[in-house]
Amino acid sequence: MLPVRIHRFARPLLAATAIATILAGCSVGSVGGGGDSGSAGATNITVLYGTGTANDTLFKALSDGFTAANPDIKLTLETQPTGTEGDNLTKTKLSTGEMADVFYYNSGSLFQALNPDTNLAPLTDQPWVDQLSAEMKTVVSTPNGTYGAPLGTTFAGGVLYNKKVYDKLGLKVPTSWAEFDANNKKILADGKVTPIEQTFGDTWTSQLFVLGDFANVAAQDPNWAADYTANKAKYSDQPALQAFKNQQQTHADGYYNKNFASAKFDDGVKAIATGTAAHYPMLTAVLSTVVQNYPENVDDVGFFPLPAQDAANTQMTLWLPNAIYIPKTTEGAKLDAAKKFVAWVNSTEGCAVQQKAGSVSGPYAISSCTLPDSVPAAVKDMQPYLDNKKVSPALEFLSPIKGPNLENITVEVGSGISSAEKGAKQYDEDVKKQAQQLGLEGW
Amino acid sequence: MVSTLTPSGVQTASNQARPRRRRRSPYPLWFFAIPGLLFIVLFAIPTFASFYFSLTRWTLSTTEFIGLDNFILFFKEPTLVSGFTHTFIYAFLTSAAKVVLGMLLGVLLTSKIIGRGYLRSVVFFPVLVSTIGVGLTFKILLDPFNGLVNKTLAAVGITGPGWLTDPSLALYSVIGVDVWKGIGIATLIYIAGMVAIPQEYYEAAKVDGSTGRQMFFNITLPLLRPATTTVILLSLIGGLRSFDLIWAMTKGGPGFTSDVIASVIYKQYQAGFYGLSTAGNVVLFVVVAAIVVPMSIYFNRQEAPR
Repeated sequence: MLPVRIHRFARPLLAATAIATILAGCSVGSVGGGGDSGSAGATNITVLYGTGTANDTLFKALSDGFTAANPDIKLTLETQPTGTEGDNLTKTKLSTGEMADVFYYNSGSLFQALNPDTNLAPLTDQPWVDQLSAEMKTVVSTPNGTYGAPLGTTFAGGVLYNKKVYDKLGLKVPTSWAEFDANNKKILADGKVTPIEQTFGDTWTSQLFVLGDFANVAAQDPNWAADYTANKAKYSDQPALQAFKNQQQTHADGYYNKNFASAKFDDGVKAIATGTAAHYPMLTAVLSTVVQNYPENVDDVGFFPLPAQDAANTQMTLWLPNAIYIPKTTEGAKLDAAKKFVAWVNSTEGCAVQQKAGSVSGPYAISSCTLPDSVPAAVKDMQPYLDNKKVSPALEFLSPIKGPNLENITVEVGSGISSAEKGAKQYDEDVKKQAQQLGLEGW
Repeated sequence: MVSTLTPSGVQTASNQARPRRRRRSPYPLWFFAIPGLLFIVLFAIPTFASFYFSLTRWTLSTTEFIGLDNFILFFKEPTLVSGFTHTFIYAFLTSAAKVVLGMLLGVLLTSKIIGRGYLRSVVFFPVLVSTIGVGLTFKILLDPFNGLVNKTLAAVGITGPGWLTDPSLALYSVIGVDVWKGIGIATLIYIAGMVAIPQEYYEAAKVDGSTGRQMFFNITLPLLRPATTTVILLSLIGGLRSFDLIWAMTKGGPGFTSDVIASVIYKQYQAGFYGLSTAGNVVLFVVVAAIVVPMSIYFNRQEAPR
């Protein structure tokens, strides 16, 4: 559930970029392949993806680029809805053998739910597999093999901060919660800008205190995600409870903008880009919105992970890109063509197309794709954490459980309606339903 | 689906088919088989299927029978108790307000005032607008900082509250909008009821020297009983299963402070808990029936035969 949701976070933002392309004359209406059935001898493969403006643009560009390089292969694009409906359709198509030759889908727990060993064609022997980052490899692999190639960049969840505000007040990037708190105090005392921007008008934005803190939990207890899935670790206990406590405390200390309850995500992006707020707990996937709407402010926005209580535990929580997969039902010449396409997507040419049609919100998860020279400052800020291996995939890549009500619970905790302990307990109950629905053991 | 179960379709069909009247029905029996079949396929089967699915853990492709676990889980839902409370507050406040305000507006709009036709249309107009549209419009109007309402209040020196963002106020703001939107129907029913009261009663009362107030309480009010019954029943049923306006305005928030049963169930569907949310719908069906059926019987019995 969550991977789709989180990735959906990014979609409206990516869509903004995409709209520009469409306005420039690239018609989405032509998605679905050409009218003629292709010249004799050409292999025709179908590619399925979840519909949406950003994806439409990306896949159209990929299709054009790939067929230009491989005239003997024809690509037909197919779409399906995203979200829960898309999950159900994907599973149905796979189990009835009607899946397209290549399909685009979440990595991590949703990928595992597809029963990859029986349904997907192994790509373990493909040359690009060695180029995958370690985190990426785990989220598209089972113990028996690797099944998918990433499409798009990673993105981190943490704190976006305004560098101009930091310079003016002489602040340093915090590594522990106490330093973060001290910075907020100084900003509050200065009185000119909001210490922490919150935008509960779009409830999903309230979850970052909890979701972005996961890497810190993992640093303190590397087995936490597994225990959590096995009904042994709980949000109402430390170290995970701390995220809720921090959120409650920041509200109690009066760090939020005064319209936090009604402000929307767009207001938050504006505040952090133009410097009316110093911090905005968010995903770096939203950088594309900054690029789109405040191009002159892109390099004013920096990034640091949500600090842990102890600086030694501060790590960056990383979301991994979706991937493209080949079902077992693709055979013969089509299988070869499909493998060619999957490999091409992350080739130099493919990466160039991805960068042109999409946007960059973090490093790539495969070494064959490199970032362009000019990336937003916040993306550069992510690099040291990756280099020092102070990074953990988000919980949704390590555990299939995500309760549907987290965003409402974090709104309650962040608005002072509910306490951290009560909110965490409520979330543990919420999660139970999801685990039971999934039929996990121990629930 | 559950709440649409009415056996009337079948009964009407069989009643008419029976050759009770001397003349045989002009339609052959098989003619009624089609509506009967439609009723069974579209209403009866889904209703009973939902009773079954409420007892399972359902992922659309597989079901696992788990007995009453869904109901136990549903009643353990922390937001459910508050959801029930909010639903009752919502239903009773909206129907009470619609009765009182609708009757007052009805009296006003049947009296001889200038621009009566115009005022009648103005009162009825919100009914014609889509609920979602109304919800989104009011969400903008009630924005705590940029909304027209609070800006107007600020102009006269009052700091308006966060109508939809203050946890203790959000539900009541939605109730206010619901009343604004639904008052037209209530007024219409009352106007129809008042117009139907024979003028002779008023003339006789006037001859006997009664005041306007006496006429209202002794003639208008008792004779409006059927209209009041209709308004209460309609707005109570509407209030108990209200969803669209709440969803458009607050999505049950902030947090869970304006969640009603219907929005709790909707969120469970959204999360893919199909069995659990079906159990929720069965509960909602039983609750609505348990409140409305006795009420309807009570009111109908009280109604004086005319």
